[in-house]
Amino acid sequence: MVIILARRIAQAVLVLLLVALISFAIFRFVGNPVENILGQEATVQDRNEMIERMGLNDPIPVQYARFVWDALHFDFGISYRTAEPVAELIASRLPATLELAFISALFALVAGILLGIFTAISRGRFLAGLVMTTSLVGVSLPTFLIGVLLIWLFAVELGVLPSFGRGDTVRLGFWETGLLTASGLKSLILPAITLGLYQMTLIMRLVRSEMLEVLRQDFIKFARARGLPERMVLLRHALRNTLVPVTTVAGLQLGSIVAFAIITETVFQWPGVGLMFINAVYFVDIPVMSAYLLLVGTLFVLINFIVDLLYLAIDPRIRDRNLRGGG
Amino acid sequence: MTAPLLEVSDLSVEFPQRRQRLQALDRISFTLEAGEVLGFVGESGAGKSLTGAAIMGLLEPPGRITGGRITLQGQRIDGQAESVRGRRIGMIFQDPLTSLNPLRTVGDQLVETIQLHLGMDAGAAAQRAGELLDEVGIDRGRIGAYPHEFSGGMRQRIVIALALAPEPELIIADEPTTALDVSIQAQVLALLRRLCKERGAAVILITHDMGVIAETTDRVAVLYAGRLVETGRTAEVIAAPRHPYTKGLMAATPNLDLVSVDTVLPQIPGSMPSLAALPLGCRFHPRCGDVMPVCRRTAAPFIDGVACHLYGAQTQEAG
Amino acid sequence: MTSPPVRPPEKPAGAPESAPMSVSASIPASRLQRALASDFVYDFTRAPIAIIAGLVVLFLFLVAILAPLVAPTNPFDPASLNLMNGFTPPMQANMFTGESFVMGTDDQGRDLLSAIIYGLRVSLFVGVMSVLLAMGLGVSLGLIAGYVGGWLDNLIMRIADIQLTFPSILIAMLIFGVLRGIIPPDLRDEMAIFVLITAIGLSEWVPFARTVRATTLVEKEKEYVQAARLIGLGRHQIMWRHILPNVLGPVLVIATITLALAIIAEATLSFLGVGAPATEPSLGTLIRIGQDFLFSGEWWILTFPAITLLALALSVNLLGDWLKDTLNPRLK
Repeated sequence: MVIILARRIAQAVLVLLLVALISFAIFRFVGNPVENILGQEATVQDRNEMIERMGLNDPIPVQYARFVWDALHFDFGISYRTAEPVAELIASRLPATLELAFISALFALVAGILLGIFTAISRGRFLAGLVMTTSLVGVSLPTFLIGVLLIWLFAVELGVLPSFGRGDTVRLGFWETGLLTASGLKSLILPAITLGLYQMTLIMRLVRSEMLEVLRQDFIKFARARGLPERMVLLRHALRNTLVPVTTVAGLQLGSIVAFAIITETVFQWPGVGLMFINAVYFVDIPVMSAYLLLVGTLFVLINFIVDLLYLAIDPRIRDRNLRGGG
Repeated sequence: MTAPLLEVSDLSVEFPQRRQRLQALDRISFTLEAGEVLGFVGESGAGKSLTGAAIMGLLEPPGRITGGRITLQGQRIDGQAESVRGRRIGMIFQDPLTSLNPLRTVGDQLVETIQLHLGMDAGAAAQRAGELLDEVGIDRGRIGAYPHEFSGGMRQRIVIALALAPEPELIIADEPTTALDVSIQAQVLALLRRLCKERGAAVILITHDMGVIAETTDRVAVLYAGRLVETGRTAEVIAAPRHPYTKGLMAATPNLDLVSVDTVLPQIPGSMPSLAALPLGCRFHPRCGDVMPVCRRTAAPFIDGVACHLYGAQTQEAG
Repeated sequence: MTSPPVRPPEKPAGAPESAPMSVSASIPASRLQRALASDFVYDFTRAPIAIIAGLVVLFLFLVAILAPLVAPTNPFDPASLNLMNGFTPPMQANMFTGESFVMGTDDQGRDLLSAIIYGLRVSLFVGVMSVLLAMGLGVSLGLIAGYVGGWLDNLIMRIADIQLTFPSILIAMLIFGVLRGIIPPDLRDEMAIFVLITAIGLSEWVPFARTVRATTLVEKEKEYVQAARLIGLGRHQIMWRHILPNVLGPVLVIATITLALAIIAEATLSFLGVGAPATEPSLGTLIRIGQDFLFSGEWWILTFPAITLLALALSVNLLGDWLKDTLNPRLK
């Protein structure tokens, strides 16, 4: 088991270093860092000084190493646009994104699994068909369009939910949360649905197809033949077997929620790291772009890694195969 | 004479499809005495498994029973199979690799069945599970193991244990040894027969293998294209088959005492018709060596254990 | 002794109801006739959703291609604009100029119908071009990886795997941002469309490469390739002229699905402000502009572009889905 763990960790670290490399390349080579910081009127002498100070004459690998080292210490440089440290910028906006992502993920998982089971069991009935068609529409629509349509329906026409922003927030230490106020919670609803809808339809379809596949298998037939009531067959046999592959895919999908937050945050002007990134792209604020990339890249690698381990833990066949074969 | 354990009368099963309704079983009738082993033999697609599934109420939609009665101990069970499924009639399937849930231990699955049907608490159920494993020849210490840790033959024994756990009166075994190595087949069949005889449970053994029939069954029923063509005591049917199809089956089965390297095994010419293109009259007549004009027009009724115009009143009429 | 079964064999499930039962039907001569008589066309004509989706896509493509002919005005010609026409609701006469527009006008007095038609043009242009780029890149890399093998194959596949870990829209944003950083500020708007195409194209090559590589690996072992090698044909000739035609089957399915993805990606990027600029707006850009006016009551500036995008996205998706379902078993 240890061998497998070690291998996975090594792979993950390798990809992380690659992500860092790309991030570094963008940081160092896109645009002109010196010009961006000093402006175009700087004298040659000032420029050379800055180049020395930033270590831009050192060999590339050294710069890369320094970049990684700084990153590990949460030093991502200074924003070209606002001149504040990027790390602080990210830290101030991260809670907003994380809360949104978490609630969306919860929504996607719960609604997705429930609807998936429902459509699998009541296959052929009208309601199930309706849900499936709606889900097809949900998958085809761009996220931003869903957000805009939701705003139009609930904020403009019905006027029951806010159309932008986080509402009132409460500060707990370094974390600003919107979960403790009524307006904060209300503001979360539309963005969370928008962000989670795509993932929800994905999970729903996955659960449905997996469940249908499982229900077709012989051991289900045998369980029924043994006289197990249908509810028991579903809950104790079909469900567990369904959730195993679902967990992996769901895990991978949920990782992309953080990336897709960019779109939702823009639609709802949600003050998170996603909106920060888009502004950075628009204004060509390289350090912020590069830092965001590094962060999101690390997140993805981490999620992939955890999901891998989870799969190992849940399916005894894979666990044994790996144990016996030595990984 | 005591009433039969199981009585199936005029059982018909249809599969409605887009363009037509396929009649998969046509008025099957037979009885089964308590404690006897009845073999169901026929080619693939003849309807043997369907009969078993119909009795258990496990027909895959859109297939459904469209006629007939099934009674267990005098009680009608067609349409209400859930009340007897597992508890009074058990069923085991062909492929032991897929019959068990790969993600749950063998013990779990045994205890679950025991608790469901016998209402024991967890401790007593676990104890009973261990005893069952002993009976089928599996080391009871492996009760916490997963299905993939056992070989095919052992898995089928576990399946047998699971089917016998609720102490049913009848076990339907659908090709239980087809997926196993030949060397294991005999063991598993012997085990099945012994355990059932010990408990007084009847067995319907579905197979396409005449060898299995000869070894294990007391009586045999021969199916062809959804119809019962012959029934009788196994020894008698093997020694003196009456229906031309049965005769063909017997002739095609190699007998080690009689064949040599040069012997050409006789085959029944042609093949069983598909359900979508059934011949009129007797379904076997296109391949029958003794076909008569009447065979092309009407199917023979099932009289006295055989459905053939060669035997019975029809023969005189046809002339 | 044996007599044949009495009834004729059942018609194959896919046969048209009205077709005669003769096995010896004359073989249609031309390619078109053969194509029309194929199972593919048969399946298509039997699936109403596919037909509707196909028609919608065709219609939208035609409108976009014929934009200068179809649109009532050219909304991006400053000379034709009259600011007084601004904010005219649909189908109502403007209170100043008396002109009326089917879909109303935006804040600049631009006819929304024309804006949508030209916007559709941009959307489809970017979509199609990025798919072509992705296809060209992906198919080539897949072929090379599959045929040449070795470390090249490994390298390409590693890159593909890593790229696949991240959602393509993120990668498109990244590429767009980087390219934008490299281009001097005054050229950014002009080059936006090409940067967009490059960004989206580069983010979608992987599925092409993977499928083509898999098929190439299979084809590589077949006899016609061995024969070509024996004759002495060079690697390139074999790859491009012999293997390529045989691996193109699945590529069509992927291309359609990728088109849907590309259209959505472009709309998203434009909506976010990092795509087609306001001077050459796509449907996404129009929606972004429209969102600003949602609260002030000029709902039409948002609604009509949104509906158009909806129809486009849905139709291409449905078509792609149907294509995937129909072609897949055949390809196996």
